[in-house]
Amino acid sequence: MKQPLLVFNEKGIYCEQADVYIDAWRPVDKCIITHGHADHSRWGHKQYITHHKNTSIIKHRLGDIIVTGKAWNETFVINGVTFSLHPAGHIVASSQVRVEYKGEVWVFTGDFKTENDGLAEAYEPVKCHTFITECTFGLPAFKWTPQAEVFNDINNWWATNQAEGKTSVLFGYSLGKAQRLLKHLDPSIGKIYTHGAVENMTEVLREHYDFHETIRITRETTKDELKGNIVIAPPSAHGGTWIRKMVPYVTASASGWMTFRGARRRRAMDKGFVLSDHADWDGLLESIKTTECEKVITTHGYTDIFARYLREELGYDARTEKTQYEEEGAEVGDKKEKEAAS
Amino acid sequence: MKQFAQLIKAIDSTNKTSLKVESLTQYFLNASEEDKLWTIAILSHRRPKRPVNTTLLREWATEISGIPLWLFEESYHIVGDLAETIALIIPSSENELDKSLSEYISEIITLKTLPEIEKKAYLHENWLKLNYYERFVFNKIITGSFRIGVSQKLMTRALAKATSIDEDILAYKLMGNWTPETTTFQKLILEENEEDYLSKPYPFYLAYAVEDDFQTDLGDINDWSFEHKWDGIRSQVIIRNREVFVWSRGEELVTDKYPEFQRFLEEIPDGTVLDGEILPFIDGDIANFNSLQTRIGRKNITKAMLQKTPVILNAYDLLEWEGKDIRQLPFSERRELLDKLISQCSCDEIGLYLSETMNITTWEAAAKERERSREKRSEGLMLKRKNSPYLVGRKKGDWWKWKTDPFTIDGVLTYAMRGHGRRANLYTDYTFGLWDGDELVTFAKAYSGLTDAEFRKVDAWIKKNTLERFGPVRSVTPHHVFEIAFEGIAESKRHKSGVATRFPRILRWRQDKPIEEANTIDDLKALIPK
Repeated sequence: MKQPLLVFNEKGIYCEQADVYIDAWRPVDKCIITHGHADHSRWGHKQYITHHKNTSIIKHRLGDIIVTGKAWNETFVINGVTFSLHPAGHIVASSQVRVEYKGEVWVFTGDFKTENDGLAEAYEPVKCHTFITECTFGLPAFKWTPQAEVFNDINNWWATNQAEGKTSVLFGYSLGKAQRLLKHLDPSIGKIYTHGAVENMTEVLREHYDFHETIRITRETTKDELKGNIVIAPPSAHGGTWIRKMVPYVTASASGWMTFRGARRRRAMDKGFVLSDHADWDGLLESIKTTECEKVITTHGYTDIFARYLREELGYDARTEKTQYEEEGAEVGDKKEKEAAS
Repeated sequence: MKQFAQLIKAIDSTNKTSLKVESLTQYFLNASEEDKLWTIAILSHRRPKRPVNTTLLREWATEISGIPLWLFEESYHIVGDLAETIALIIPSSENELDKSLSEYISEIITLKTLPEIEKKAYLHENWLKLNYYERFVFNKIITGSFRIGVSQKLMTRALAKATSIDEDILAYKLMGNWTPETTTFQKLILEENEEDYLSKPYPFYLAYAVEDDFQTDLGDINDWSFEHKWDGIRSQVIIRNREVFVWSRGEELVTDKYPEFQRFLEEIPDGTVLDGEILPFIDGDIANFNSLQTRIGRKNITKAMLQKTPVILNAYDLLEWEGKDIRQLPFSERRELLDKLISQCSCDEIGLYLSETMNITTWEAAAKERERSREKRSEGLMLKRKNSPYLVGRKKGDWWKWKTDPFTIDGVLTYAMRGHGRRANLYTDYTFGLWDGDELVTFAKAYSGLTDAEFRKVDAWIKKNTLERFGPVRSVTPHHVFEIAFEGIAESKRHKSGVATRFPRILRWRQDKPIEEANTIDDLKALIPK
């Protein structure tokens, strides 16, 4: 039997023909990286290949590594296998990876979302035979509201807090969500302050992207300065001593998990905005349809449920592979943020 | 409905009690009288009867959202709340529709009597017309569970602010057997009406557990009265107008479940309210609470049950005497009246006993008495300040419970289930096993005692070490040992292990212990009092 073009082994997603890994979770020689979140771009590979805008992100996170940058749609051939990167719309500089060998095409989404968020390069559907997809929010309970509406709510929330003399503290991962929030906050309301982890990453990204002015919170920042303004911080800053400086403050989290009342209450947030960097139920189904694929492999999220739906209701050849990307229903970001915030 | 949904949304949007109370107060100031009354009813667990069973609700909701039933079930296990799941999967619409809360509720009450096809049509129509939050609230009313992070106490506080009526007086008015169909806001809250008070219990005063070094904080030991703490059903028995009413702490009228207390009429005068514990009483002795379990859940009490597990009232306080509310009298004076009343009764005949006070003059003696509790089958000691009035609700200061240390045993985590509410989507409900040879036999389920951070860790571990899935339940590789604490233990034929434990909860995660060192079923059985 013919060896599949991509296999899942104990180190990651592997293309034997090219001897290349994608988003490997153990150190390997050559690894293509979809995006800069820690569960996808790990430490220890000898050679990294990623979109050129992502090179500075992973260098910031991983230090002195050997990395080659590629443009969108630029093909590169390794031992007869053609690779190319295509925007995934997940966060800034996030890619899907297209792999072609002897006329057979596979696509790995990494993480993706279908809505154009005005910052990350917009998701581009890529035709393929086998589609390896995340399904973090692969349940019909997840349906996103257009982001314009969500940001309208966020800015209104900020303005209301300001009118009550309070500081707004908005939580989002320091890479990706934080900049998406920053991009769409209304600077006419007040000043935008950032936690150190967010500020460091944003500085790296300013090389390629435009953002509103931000002010880093330091030991010298006073309560009075912050009053009425907004602070963007990673989720790990919630509940720590750092936040005490903001009193009186109101907290909010922006995440797909805020769909659930239980999740909002568990996190002890005042307010939860449903704003995700992953595809929702309809987005997942729509993108699978547009790839015109026959086979689907689900890698992380509600994998079993989603694959069963694809098989039983839509007739796809769908299965699940175990990976070490964020597991089903994981409290996403806990692990990754610890690192980013330090 | 918009106004009510807005209120629930506002309550949901904050973690601060003061802001929740403020939202409620504003609501009580602005809503119509009918809506206010229903809101009070819903938040004090007086809901209309469920008009549609949940099986049908699930079917109809999946039909309208075009997903298979199994996918709905999977989603429900993850969301952890039926009303919320239905609200989430139904497509949202822009239709504007505003019926008031009470209009909706009266429709829901009528719905119960309609044929199935009309029920379905009604639900489909309204699900599509309501926005997400309204739909959620609507479903909550239909499914009949309305825990939304507002206790009756908070609701009463807000109502007190809005009406300028004293909080304790309101708490009293809200007690008892009313529904919005039998009263009005005016009658229930604003008017004084003698008749309403006939069956009304007083709000229970609840004790706190003692804190570290409490002996020094409590001052002179002679200011305190000591009793044993018995494990039963906290109740008030009311004798007024030649009728007996029995109320449980959950504000449930349970008179019919304890026909024994009708005998009180023979010796207790009208205008008497007793506070105490309903206890199983077999062969002249207080029996294990477990023996009452079979009686508690039953709607109809049979003669056989009455013979097998008779109950008594172990009274410890007198709240009303000769028709007068005496809660403001000092505890010692209320006790004197109670002692006198019961000393004139034929206790064995009518099943009314006095919870005896102990003559304790030093903390050493108190500690010794507490040590002996388990022999006497009591849970520990109760400390009551002699000069204190009978307060409303859980208030620190005058009543303390000083329980015996719980039993503990080390069990192995064998199954996990997803939690509900704020633990939805996390595996937080665990089953534990003890060794029987080389097999682990289930002995207890527990879902409290770990911190949020620990739950997250265990949850992540469970997801990676699942053996099998059964709907919301997963079996896991035996690997983790937890120290389980529980209050009581008794033999049981209904449990696989042969043992029933009371209030099991997790005391500690024993990451230092390999599973081989967990306890055995025999270790557990050795704890059963002889």
